[in-house]
Amino acid sequence: MKELRLMKGNEAIAEAAIRCGCDAYFGYPITPQSEILEYLMVEKPHERTGMVVLQAESEVASINMVYAGAGCGRKVMTSSSSPGVSLMQEGLSYCAGAELPCLLVNVVRGGPGLGTIQPSQADYFQSTKGGGHGDYRLIVLAPSSVQEMCDFVGLGFDLAFKYRNPALILTDGAIGQMMEKVMLPASVNRWTEEEIKQQTPWATTGKPADRPANVITSLELDSAKQEKVNQKLQAKYAEMEKNEVRFERIQCDDAEYLFVAFGTSARICQKSIDLARAKGIKVGLLRPITLFPFPKDEIEKLAGQVKGMLSVEMNAGQMVEDIRLNAKGKCPVEHYGRFGGIMPSPDEVLKVLEQKFIGG
Amino acid sequence: MAETIFDPNIIKDQNLVYKRTDHMKEKALSYCPGCGHGTAHRILMEVIEEMGIQEKTIGVSPVGCSVLAYDFMNVDMQGAAHGRAPALATAIKRLMPDKFVFTYQGDGDLAAIGTAETIHACNRGEHITIIFINNGIYGMTGGQMAPTTLPGMRSSTSPYGRDEATMGHPLRMTELVATLPGTCFVTRQAVHTPGNVRKAKRALRTAFELQTRKIGVSFVEIVSNCNSGWKMTPVKANTWMEENMFPYYPLGDIKVPEKID
Amino acid sequence: MTEEIIIAGFGGQGVLSMGKILAYSGVMQDMEVSWMPSYGPEMRGGTANVTVILSSERISSPIINQYDTAIILNQQSMDKFESMVKPGGTLLYDPNGITRHPERKDINIYKVEASMEASNMGLTKIFNMIVLGSFIKIKPIVQIENVIKGLKKSLPERYHHMIPDNEDAIRKGMEVSVPVQLLS
Repeated sequence: MKELRLMKGNEAIAEAAIRCGCDAYFGYPITPQSEILEYLMVEKPHERTGMVVLQAESEVASINMVYAGAGCGRKVMTSSSSPGVSLMQEGLSYCAGAELPCLLVNVVRGGPGLGTIQPSQADYFQSTKGGGHGDYRLIVLAPSSVQEMCDFVGLGFDLAFKYRNPALILTDGAIGQMMEKVMLPASVNRWTEEEIKQQTPWATTGKPADRPANVITSLELDSAKQEKVNQKLQAKYAEMEKNEVRFERIQCDDAEYLFVAFGTSARICQKSIDLARAKGIKVGLLRPITLFPFPKDEIEKLAGQVKGMLSVEMNAGQMVEDIRLNAKGKCPVEHYGRFGGIMPSPDEVLKVLEQKFIGG
Repeated sequence: MAETIFDPNIIKDQNLVYKRTDHMKEKALSYCPGCGHGTAHRILMEVIEEMGIQEKTIGVSPVGCSVLAYDFMNVDMQGAAHGRAPALATAIKRLMPDKFVFTYQGDGDLAAIGTAETIHACNRGEHITIIFINNGIYGMTGGQMAPTTLPGMRSSTSPYGRDEATMGHPLRMTELVATLPGTCFVTRQAVHTPGNVRKAKRALRTAFELQTRKIGVSFVEIVSNCNSGWKMTPVKANTWMEENMFPYYPLGDIKVPEKID
Repeated sequence: MTEEIIIAGFGGQGVLSMGKILAYSGVMQDMEVSWMPSYGPEMRGGTANVTVILSSERISSPIINQYDTAIILNQQSMDKFESMVKPGGTLLYDPNGITRHPERKDINIYKVEASMEASNMGLTKIFNMIVLGSFIKIKPIVQIENVIKGLKKSLPERYHHMIPDNEDAIRKGMEVSVPVQLLS
């Protein structure tokens, strides 16, 4: 049954996982996302739906457990925060290489290194350009509310299975720790044994006499064959770019200037828009929801409309590269960032916009 | 060696005394002649055939010489990243508790890069079988030192012999995991003589049967040779193994579960 | 209607749970709410604060640096947040442990002797509910019935026997705040 609750973003992810028929969660504690594992342990999902929850010995083990669970055709997920996600990159690359549908959540904190436990968006490059070794992409979803934290769990699994590709929810400590109202979806049953065999005929569910053994691997020693594997992957990513671009336009229709921001930064920019419009400055916001695939066409379109774009990020300028690439010189594109766990304030963002484009 | 040593005319059904199990795929093994992997693969697949559990078995192959084990073993298999096989096996067994799940790992995979996964899977008492092929060297990458390389033993990264003072001591993983309450059956075997092959196969059978009792990890080490890496003939390698490996890695059961009637 | 509130004090004073109950009260009244805590190892013993926004509209930024109301429970928080109250806004504080009292002339200032009242009631744990009572008296955005409902929602079942004490504390808080400076 649907249910309205006040929840932290992290808790919403955990509850959504149980409700969307997730088969297993494997994870290792790290701030600021430990509530996900804690919530799952309290909820005893094994009793509610049969979902497996296991605290692994490391992030390395977690992601490899996810690999194996996905290899069995199950809906499996893990979550971590930046340093832990760095540890998972090898396993993620293997998941991408073996074309395993699975869900990862990165509740980003400031880096590099052990960095800070405060929110950041400094893992944009890592998330959208592959992250581990080899040529691959993750489907990257960037929620900007607790409701989206909840909704993107189901969406992430759907897209992951549609494309046999890992999906990533890229969020940060602010949304993870923040509480908002969330409408939880009605529970759906986990796939039955039969459904799994139907949906994922490639999975290692045990070799019956009437089919060849299934093998999950990312290894191909023959270069000619490996090139074909790569071409197939690239074709898949191109399909995603064609079909799965998601974004939100906020007050863009009459905008003369544009913020481009995702996640927490997009929330901050919404307030900046209110402040700007109160002063008569027509500003809009393009909020990419999928960071891969990136809303390239929408950027280009808006670049032809506005006098300038400001990419507001909690990093030193990462998404701004994708914006510049796709604005194709049709308008100036600037970046404003805070790092190390500092979040910009709405009036600060507006001031930067005025300075960069209006000369205030 | 160019001389043909068999008469093709004798290949007749009625002459067949020793048959390849169809649980081994019809593919030539890529292992060096004289290597123990082929025998270990075969007895493992024979056990699965004899138990009639092909449809209920999921294997996990490692990185190392047996990285392509799934090309030879005719069961559903997953290839693990280097060292992570016990983590994979954990997830597979947790999600499909009625399946038989095994890992097949070498000494670098299990006792170096995958030490954490091995220890923790054993410590959690996952109901899986871990098969550990220990030949004291990294075969696939060209004969580098392994965690189980013997003192004084030469390899391409211990060219003057393993110096324990700077390179550490050979790791007895099997004794180590036997101390953990999560393991139920821990044994060390070999496959270089017919007698040892029979014993090793019995040990594998026991290990798989124990999975149904759900009392923890069954762990089978097989001390093996690496004539290529050791730079010896296969016969010499087996003798060297008996004289040098077995004293450090003595064969036999280290931990056995209580019998049930 | 949008009310942007910061609640700040020592970790262990119940700052975060007070914010949570306030947010839940808003949910009970069909408002949009956000609850954005400071988080991390400083939470226990060090300073803790939470931004709560209650609104009749979709909430834009949960992260703000200008507040309609600041509820201040220690000196460090006074030093940090007094200047962030919007002109014409409200500052509510417990003078216990405060050495430098608020100095702004362009805001409404109230004080509540919550820690003293709590120890008079023999219930130091409900200190935060006294403060909350004062707030909803000064800014009647949420009704006390909805606060009680919010309390029930946010407290685990095993603490529900403490709800009557909490309700008493909220009612006490509604009586005991004192205006220090009111803008005309």
